[in-house]
Amino acid sequence: MLRIINGRVYDPTHGKNGQIEDIWVEDGKIVSAPDVDRAQAQIIDATGLVIMAGGVDIHSHAVGSKVNAARKFRPEDHYGSTYERTSHTRSGSGYTVPSTYITGYLYAKMGYTTVMEAATAPLLARHTHEELEDIPILDMGVFVTMGNNHFIMECIRDGDMEKAKHYVAWLLNATKGYAIKVVNPGGVENWKWGRNVQELDDEVIGFGVTPQQIITTLAWISDELGLPHPPHIHGINLGRSISARTTMETMAAIEGRRSHFCHLQFLSYGKQPGTLHRSEAAEVASVVNMQPNLTVDVGQIVFGPATTMTSDAPLQYGIHQRTGNKWINDDIENETGGGIVPIRYSRHNAINAVMWRTGLELFLLINDPWQVFLTTDHPNAGPFVHYPQVIKLLMDRDYRAAMFERINPRGRKGALLPELEREYSLYEIAIITRAGTARALGLKNKGHLGVGADADITIYADLDDKEEMFSHPRYVLKGGEVVVVDGQIMRELQGRTLYVAPSYDPGIEAHIRQHFRENYTISFDNYSIFREHFPRRGMIRCP
Amino acid sequence: MKWRNSLGENFILITGRTVKQATGLHKGKDSDAYRRATALVEMNAADMARLGIGEGQVVRLRSATGQVEMPAHTGTVPSKMVFVPMGPVANSLIGPATEGTGMPSFKGLTVEIEPI
Amino acid sequence: MKTVVENVTCTFCGCLCDDIIVEVEDNRIARVQRVCANGRGVFIDYDPTPRRPIVAGREVEWEEAVSEAARILVQADSPLIYGLSSSASEAQMKVVELADLIGAIIDTTSSVCHGPTSLAMQAVGEVSCSLGEVRNHGDFLIFWGCNPAASHLRHFERYSLKPKGRYIPNGRKDRYMVVVDVRPTASAKMADHFIQITPGADFEVLTTLRALVQGKEIEAGAVGGVPRIGLLELANRMKACRYGVFFMGMGLTMSGARDYNVRELFTLVAELNQYTRFSVMPMRGHGNVAGADQVLTWQSGYPFAVSFARGYPQYNPGEFSAVDVLAREEVDAALILASDPVAHFPRVAGNQLKRIPTIVLDPMMNLTSESAQVFFPTGCYGVDAAGTCYRMDNVPIRLREVIAPMRPTDEAILGQIIEEIKRC
Repeated sequence: MLRIINGRVYDPTHGKNGQIEDIWVEDGKIVSAPDVDRAQAQIIDATGLVIMAGGVDIHSHAVGSKVNAARKFRPEDHYGSTYERTSHTRSGSGYTVPSTYITGYLYAKMGYTTVMEAATAPLLARHTHEELEDIPILDMGVFVTMGNNHFIMECIRDGDMEKAKHYVAWLLNATKGYAIKVVNPGGVENWKWGRNVQELDDEVIGFGVTPQQIITTLAWISDELGLPHPPHIHGINLGRSISARTTMETMAAIEGRRSHFCHLQFLSYGKQPGTLHRSEAAEVASVVNMQPNLTVDVGQIVFGPATTMTSDAPLQYGIHQRTGNKWINDDIENETGGGIVPIRYSRHNAINAVMWRTGLELFLLINDPWQVFLTTDHPNAGPFVHYPQVIKLLMDRDYRAAMFERINPRGRKGALLPELEREYSLYEIAIITRAGTARALGLKNKGHLGVGADADITIYADLDDKEEMFSHPRYVLKGGEVVVVDGQIMRELQGRTLYVAPSYDPGIEAHIRQHFRENYTISFDNYSIFREHFPRRGMIRCP
Repeated sequence: MKWRNSLGENFILITGRTVKQATGLHKGKDSDAYRRATALVEMNAADMARLGIGEGQVVRLRSATGQVEMPAHTGTVPSKMVFVPMGPVANSLIGPATEGTGMPSFKGLTVEIEPI
Repeated sequence: MKTVVENVTCTFCGCLCDDIIVEVEDNRIARVQRVCANGRGVFIDYDPTPRRPIVAGREVEWEEAVSEAARILVQADSPLIYGLSSSASEAQMKVVELADLIGAIIDTTSSVCHGPTSLAMQAVGEVSCSLGEVRNHGDFLIFWGCNPAASHLRHFERYSLKPKGRYIPNGRKDRYMVVVDVRPTASAKMADHFIQITPGADFEVLTTLRALVQGKEIEAGAVGGVPRIGLLELANRMKACRYGVFFMGMGLTMSGARDYNVRELFTLVAELNQYTRFSVMPMRGHGNVAGADQVLTWQSGYPFAVSFARGYPQYNPGEFSAVDVLAREEVDAALILASDPVAHFPRVAGNQLKRIPTIVLDPMMNLTSESAQVFFPTGCYGVDAAGTCYRMDNVPIRLREVIAPMRPTDEAILGQIIEEIKRC
């Protein structure tokens, strides 16, 4: 039994805004104050310290085929960031694409205890689960890409929504996935012909369906299956000046159903005279403000090195063409695709400057913190280790203004950002980094400190410099075990994989078998993942 | 050391996989099947005729690194090229230099050939 | 009692054909169907009878062999771990853990196979696809410096040349195949067009193709033994296809400019995507060498030629690659997992393994184990050891236990060695 005393508790799920309270922990869970034997409890004295639930990252490219291809691709990323082994921790390397053990340690040291892997191709899901065996401490779930899936598009073409629904349920079971991921629906399939999509009613080559149909079908299926997290959408036109318009059209098309739009910053641009996009964060934010069923994460730019990696294969080709940087592409049969291109964001670059302030404008103009979450689309907009810098930008308008003054002058022109004086409070930061993300993910035992929650707890020193405060928590607990003290990993634990297992009509399997025979190069019977395949890491079925 | 019978002709040596080498290795690297499959050199028919090498005749191959003897057979290789299946016999000719890549010169090595 | 096991994966080469059918009788493999001549021996020639490990030429119990292996590794100043590519990822994960623990140099068979391919990918990128895209889209295939008819016997039939696919309804008839090699191979016989090039001239020919694809004019009448008109025709055919795929092999990685050959090819493929869709795929040789790349990369950040000697991973092919460290006598002990470097390395390097204390884990005795200090006869992945394997296109495939295991797995023995070392 553990007792954390005298800390200031920020638990927005239960409306706690800094009140001083004890927290009791037993058997990995938060419990109410016991009636007997208080003397037996181990004490952590949190006097003067801030207590929040462990961070919950709703979108990060941390494990799996694409991430590992990027690690292999970028030895230059690792040379300057090496980590020595200790008696109880493994060695590793990497800055924008850290190796697996280092990923777990760095997140934990930053006070994060749950991370969602943003995208895995179903055919490669086994790789993701293998890497998860080597991610210490963190609980993780996997988003499974479905927005360019042949079986689903055929069902839509044939008007057979029930069949699509059973297939999606089967697929989530087969891949031990957590949620439906949609990336540039239709565009990644069109890339196999060297093309893309740019409007919601464009046709997907060979299937005759539209991006809008794919999105609305998956949103319907998600509601039908009662999935804890709605379709997680990387929309069409990422990075383009028509992105804000099509983003808002997509939001309108899906209205009434739950949805999540990821790294929204990259999809909130508009046109203006000249070559520079303009930020349309204000327009997009006003749509978000009117749709309470919708959540977003920002994908905030952090100046410095990054690695772009998405399933949006035509986008990645475009980045290669524009930057001239080396390029990985991988088309995945019947399901999806993807690409990787290294990049560097500079405050001297006008385009990067506009991107940077677009993200901040979204944070400051979306009114309800329960709808907007802190991410850097790691590592696309920046490495996750810089979340504390973003927190400081949101909480400290002077710091924000000073950084604004140092960005490219062309990128400052016409900016809305200097007028936005809002500062996030600690309470709101707790929402956008744990309470809100856990709620949007449907993780009932995460993101809060109520009785019954997993005892994932982060204790911070209360510092004026918020970047310093959030970079160096004093204590981090995972499942009731103290894993970090003052930046040192105290012990290594296995994390757990969170997955969903919606039921489906077993009759769907005969159709899927035929689909495999006709189109795949792997046997149907070798495709599904079973818990026994991964004995070292616990798997938790949700909800 | 100068070879008495060397014609001073250089050949390009290519080493690589063959089906017999693969099936032989399953039997064991000390098996006859493996030994037979990896100790042979395929040569161009016109080259063999010019050098007076008969089908199956043992020849000596020499590189800067070493030398080894094996029977020669006609194969579909262009003139001045020879092929030896990958394995310990071929590797006695190949030096450890990798030019900073980790990869030795398994293909493209210069060898001399002498009939025995 | 006879049972039939279906959907078995053959681990001989990077094809990882997972449609093999095995008949098992009294826990012995009686019959194997669909497997090719190279893979047949994986099943038929494997004797699963448990054997005792061997230390210094004597049979011993497992505990003694584990202790001796731990002793050798702990006492070494500069241990080498090598191989990995014929074992499942679970064993690979354990052996990298071991390397990290003892500060070893760890290298995989990639360094003598597609290491140069990885170097090229790191320099210029790689535009690739899964094998099913070849089945469903690939209408133009070029095999450069590789000979599937000898090394990947079912590749043509199962994945590339023959299968019917969604947009390739007539299979072979809808495809055009080119083979580029220094000699006419059995694969060349199956091609629509065979291009013979001068050994060592791949770089010049690939550069020329890049120029021709970009519409530049070439003055030379021939490059690398290939007439200009032939190269121009190839360039035009490549641009006119719908979805072209290069398959590349040791002809590029093992000759002359090595990784620079591959860089040139990978750059050509990237540039072809300005005109049409094109991909390239390395023909990975061993069953799980792609997995070795993956595991070492996710745990250390680097795919091969890694040193943990400083307590953190360092990467430098040429400095930490196995052939080099052996030839320069920079290692004083070795653990060889599922590989036979004495057979496959240049003799000078292979012989060094006979002079230092060596530990071998392998289902069968091989030339390396003959002179090893410790030999562990472990199970054979995909036959009596389950696990995960990665195909040449990096698709992970589950391996089953086809027969009930009577031997410990590589993973189990490596785990015991690690525990023993931690106790020391």
